[in-house]
Amino acid sequence: MNVPIGQWLPFLMDGAVVTLRITVFAGLLAFSLSALSGMGRLSALTPIRWISGCYIELFRASSLLVLLFWVYFALPIAGLELSKTWSAVLAIGLNIGAYGGEIVRSSILAVPKGQYEASIALNLRPYTRFIRVVLPQAFVRMLPPMGNLSIEMLKSTSLVYFITMADLTYEAMILRNNYYTHTPIIFGLLLLIYYLMSSCVSWSVRLLERKLACWR
Amino acid sequence: MWDWDYVYELLPKLLRALPATLGAALCGFALAVLVGILIAIAGRSRFRLLRGLTTGIVDFIRSTPLLVQLFFLYYSLPMLTPLAMSAFATGVIGLGLHYACYLSEVFRSSIDALPKGQWEAASALNLSKARTWFSIVLPQAMPPVIPIMGNYLIVIFKETPALSAITFVELLMRTKNETSISFRAFEPYTITGGLFIVVSLLLSLAVSRLEKRFKNRTTA
Amino acid sequence: MNSIYMPDQVAPAKVQEQPLIRYEGVTKTFGELEVIKGIDMSIYGGEKLAIIGPSGSGKTTLGRMLMTLEEPTSGIITIDGEKLWQMEDKRGRLVRANEKHLHRMREKIGMVFQHFNLFPHLTALRNVTLALTSVLKVPKDEARERAAEMLGKVGLATKLDEYPSRLSGGQKQRVAIARALVLRPKVIVFDEVTSALDPELVGEVLEVIKEIAEDRETAMMLITHEMEFAREVADRVVFGADGLIVEQGTPEEIFDCPRSERLQAFLGRFR
Repeated sequence: MNVPIGQWLPFLMDGAVVTLRITVFAGLLAFSLSALSGMGRLSALTPIRWISGCYIELFRASSLLVLLFWVYFALPIAGLELSKTWSAVLAIGLNIGAYGGEIVRSSILAVPKGQYEASIALNLRPYTRFIRVVLPQAFVRMLPPMGNLSIEMLKSTSLVYFITMADLTYEAMILRNNYYTHTPIIFGLLLLIYYLMSSCVSWSVRLLERKLACWR
Repeated sequence: MWDWDYVYELLPKLLRALPATLGAALCGFALAVLVGILIAIAGRSRFRLLRGLTTGIVDFIRSTPLLVQLFFLYYSLPMLTPLAMSAFATGVIGLGLHYACYLSEVFRSSIDALPKGQWEAASALNLSKARTWFSIVLPQAMPPVIPIMGNYLIVIFKETPALSAITFVELLMRTKNETSISFRAFEPYTITGGLFIVVSLLLSLAVSRLEKRFKNRTTA
Repeated sequence: MNSIYMPDQVAPAKVQEQPLIRYEGVTKTFGELEVIKGIDMSIYGGEKLAIIGPSGSGKTTLGRMLMTLEEPTSGIITIDGEKLWQMEDKRGRLVRANEKHLHRMREKIGMVFQHFNLFPHLTALRNVTLALTSVLKVPKDEARERAAEMLGKVGLATKLDEYPSRLSGGQKQRVAIARALVLRPKVIVFDEVTSALDPELVGEVLEVIKEIAEDRETAMMLITHEMEFAREVADRVVFGADGLIVEQGTPEEIFDCPRSERLQAFLGRFR
């Protein structure tokens, strides 16, 4: 059986670029939302704490695929019409950001009390306390769970197939229509590509962790 | 934009799809727990090959999207094997295998946390391997992770809309069908989104109740 | 002179007009538990005051209230005559101190902790320079110089670039001492600084404290279980139990002729 992988690769590459683009943009949004909501949840100001808490609870409780449908199909009726890319970025970013917010919050809380006390004893300003003492330590704690979350996000981009975005999964489904008899190989290849991409993510997070946690 | 009459007409129709969704989630969860335990046991096998193979497979499944795994199961397996499964069965197996890999990690760390003395006592009593696992190890390792398992049930529930890709009629598929009949999108998707949030929040409330009860029991 | 009350058993190293630090009727309650039940006490400039007493007698809380880590439930603590935990608002009313007031007051106070509390992500040198550069705005080069000198003084000249995880407990505590000392506070609280150390590492830390105690500028509040050390270093010793001061005096008075039964019983356990 002649398997024309060479002919498939350009299509799969195009799809991989779309997948990566959504991952990066959604990642940026998710990361910002994680930082804002995670720190917001620990804020001294009640309204900020409340808003952050609501955001985290609400979006962790919602189903990403349904959220994606809502953003893409329902939001335009409410007056906000987004392109496929931005719908995907918004839905994934909002959802993953809520999980990230929990990670940020718990990592900050995991910094020992003695570190706060020492920085008060050194008379550091609250801002300096946070930026120079708490954050560097919390950040290293965040890395492993954030790495896992990044992989979850990369995987979740496959859901954009449902709104007919030409990502990796979508391209593979099209190939399957044209090369029906090779279905198992096409899906096998698809799984392999996702696996390689995930491995790259976890590998770079581990590298970053080793670099930033040299003091451990 | 928001038509209450339409909502009253729509809601019962959507709710009728909820049992299928919950059914798939529960079956998938049950399978995930079962397979997760088996994976955790295999991960402690004395055969290195089996251990290596287990970690490799777990890593692979965790690194690839559930959606693609569902496609693979639904469209490729019938071509590779004489098996042809319904969309429901495929969905349950897909969810079950995918989250078994996550749960196996939970079980593994809970099993690792057991004092070494428990294993030693079991072998001192000359218990068989199976006996040790099912009478000594698992009864101690499982209860502490029940709240975490509950969280995975919620995760699985929220993933069920992906089953619509393999033609399983669950809540999202039903919603989509409704929108194509009525040409209204706002109410159906908003209601479905709300339903998922409500059920998830109710489940997580139950989980945190459970968690509290367990905490009380261990500290008492 | 005569108008200022001075306990007659106190023999300060030099005559002082006004105490540097004053506790007046200070109490502290944690929930139901009254840890400090009313303390009046003074520390004079440059004085080395040892606080001894059984565990749970509230010694540590005394130090933590001075370091602004714990707010007194009632009573007043003053430094140089200025209230630590209260300040006057625009209309001259006494209100709870805000962060700005506390920040200004903390310039005079330093603390060394039982569990070191070094910043694990910073080298020994950077642990010492951090507050110099970011609080006192000392230029980087000068901060490095001062920190290196201070670390040399505590015997760690060769460990400047090590991270705390690579240091022994005794070395960590010496870095912590250098970190507090380099800011030149008027008083440093030493909170059971050897309690978390392996026995063989206690000596090196006590040696360093003895050495810096020779400097008559900095007052020290030495909360300690090391009786020999307290006798050697302290100008005055306070014995507290159950949230109250039971007895105070010179080391000779406290250790050689304890008057109260509680102190006799307490010291008996160390012989």
